[in-house]
Amino acid sequence: MTATAGPRRLAHRLRTGHAGLVYLFFYAPIILLVVYSFSADRLVGRWGGFTFEWYEEFWNNEELTDSIAVSIRVAIISTIVSVVLGTLSALALERFTFRGQRVFDALLYLPIIIPDVTMGIMMLVFFSEAIEIVSPTYESIFGEPLTKGVNTIIVSHIAFNISFVSVVVRARLAGMDSKLEEAAMDLYANRWQTFRHVTFPQILPGIAGGALLALTLSLDDVVVTQFASGPGATTLPVFVFSLIRKGVTPMINAVSVVMLVASLVLVALMLAAERLRTDGGADVPDQPDKISA
Amino acid sequence: MGPVGGVGGDRLMTAVEERPDAGVATPEFEALAARQERRRGALLALPAFVYLFLFFVIPFAIVIVYSFATRTAQGSVELGGWNLDSYERLSEQIVRDVLTRSVTLAIITTVLCLVIAYPFAYHMTTVGPTARNLMLVFVMIPFWTNFLVRNYAWRLILVTDGPLSQGTEAVGLGTTDLLFTQTAVVIGMVYSFLPFMILPLYASIERIDKSLIEASSDLYANGRKTFTNVLLPLSMPGVVAGSILVFVPSLGAYVTPDILGGGKNVLLGSYIVTQFGTARNFPFGASLSVVLMVVMLTATLAYFRGGGRNL
Repeated sequence: MTATAGPRRLAHRLRTGHAGLVYLFFYAPIILLVVYSFSADRLVGRWGGFTFEWYEEFWNNEELTDSIAVSIRVAIISTIVSVVLGTLSALALERFTFRGQRVFDALLYLPIIIPDVTMGIMMLVFFSEAIEIVSPTYESIFGEPLTKGVNTIIVSHIAFNISFVSVVVRARLAGMDSKLEEAAMDLYANRWQTFRHVTFPQILPGIAGGALLALTLSLDDVVVTQFASGPGATTLPVFVFSLIRKGVTPMINAVSVVMLVASLVLVALMLAAERLRTDGGADVPDQPDKISA
Repeated sequence: MGPVGGVGGDRLMTAVEERPDAGVATPEFEALAARQERRRGALLALPAFVYLFLFFVIPFAIVIVYSFATRTAQGSVELGGWNLDSYERLSEQIVRDVLTRSVTLAIITTVLCLVIAYPFAYHMTTVGPTARNLMLVFVMIPFWTNFLVRNYAWRLILVTDGPLSQGTEAVGLGTTDLLFTQTAVVIGMVYSFLPFMILPLYASIERIDKSLIEASSDLYANGRKTFTNVLLPLSMPGVVAGSILVFVPSLGAYVTPDILGGGKNVLLGSYIVTQFGTARNFPFGASLSVVLMVVMLTATLAYFRGGGRNL
């Protein structure tokens, strides 16, 4: 054993060094981005003294702040809808058997695995065809033509978020002991009461995790949104993407840092939800007498 | 299961009360229970199903239909006169170049991710539980961080006379000007997709019984032999899963090549988008999307076949 202990320790040390380099690779870009967002130099990626100028410029840019408002609206509405639809389908798939279950299961996976570009193209052709068909009727009722905008962005975000919520909630349901639900029903709780007092409190961390994932994906998305949005409304990432294509400016650094902070807050919340999920099981209702049939 | 067959709920219980032989599971009763059960399940799935049918299946079908349609001289789509012209164009030299370049870059990205991630993932399994959790969390954070921002950060680093160039100059290696090269695109894609490789690799290496590795070295196998004969074969599910999870998004990448490649050396993702933009050739763009979808579906089926679902 002593013959191998030396090389083994060396191997361990080498791997520790490698891990350090991987983390450097992961975090150096993020840290540099934050640092340079305070650089006074007009050229991106050069240090020219400390300034808040770019954050100010960002704050005074109305197009940018408008796109933030659109992003938040889209994220909240699409999250709410996809949490409801995703949770229902998770329950259906984990707790029931029904006709067409396998088809539904496969269908739910598709939006997750399909490349962004393809999904974007799908939305583009769908909305152009759909608007052509629906618009005359719409115009005769509402007096204005139907165009792509905030609503089409929301529709496309729900289309991919349902699947992600469903996967997260399903994982929670699969890890949960169905004996508790059976016990509740043995005690003459009906399906709704069982769901309300046993299943729901138990899967709540899963639902919270799914909701945070949906929020993150919605706030992050560039490609699908780009094809679902119209000239009137863009989200923050799509707007920033178009700015980057025109040429980088120090203001984009500042915007990026704000987006970075927003994602980090969501990660922190997600980790908290994760902790709830793993510590969970204790949140079984402690007053079983409430379940009265 | 409970006295009333456990599942079934309120409506079923009413049915039970009306029956004289309540509680006895007769065949008709079981059939009724099963039918009600199926109806409830389908009812729960219905809203999501209807939504996905309208806003996913129909769009999906339109893209497939478009791929067989004809492009008019004005650049619009003529439904009718179905043909395979758009698929025949895939054999044109320029299209083959785009496809070859995209596949090559996706393979390079996958291999680099594998080489970087494997020792890292293995290392995670050798440290204590607290360090392991911490290592995992710090892999997850960039994974959750805004994708656009992460790619933009590299633009900032690689820019002419930017931090990387200043760094290499300071250590006497001369200036570097990597922005808008294929190297920059590969760096960006490795950076974006590395967590997709680390996580499944970690999951599969962690499952390996460590005594097998000890047995191997006790039998005087050297490190390399232990790796090729014991560790690698046992962690193959993770290698396959991670490779698919990196290869598929790399092949369809659009944002990274655009930001870091600067539109030079067109890749599949941007090429598809161009067909729906300036080139205005929807049927051809649709056929390229179908090709991408077929690759993606094949890879996914391989992933599930390989037991990737359990990772």
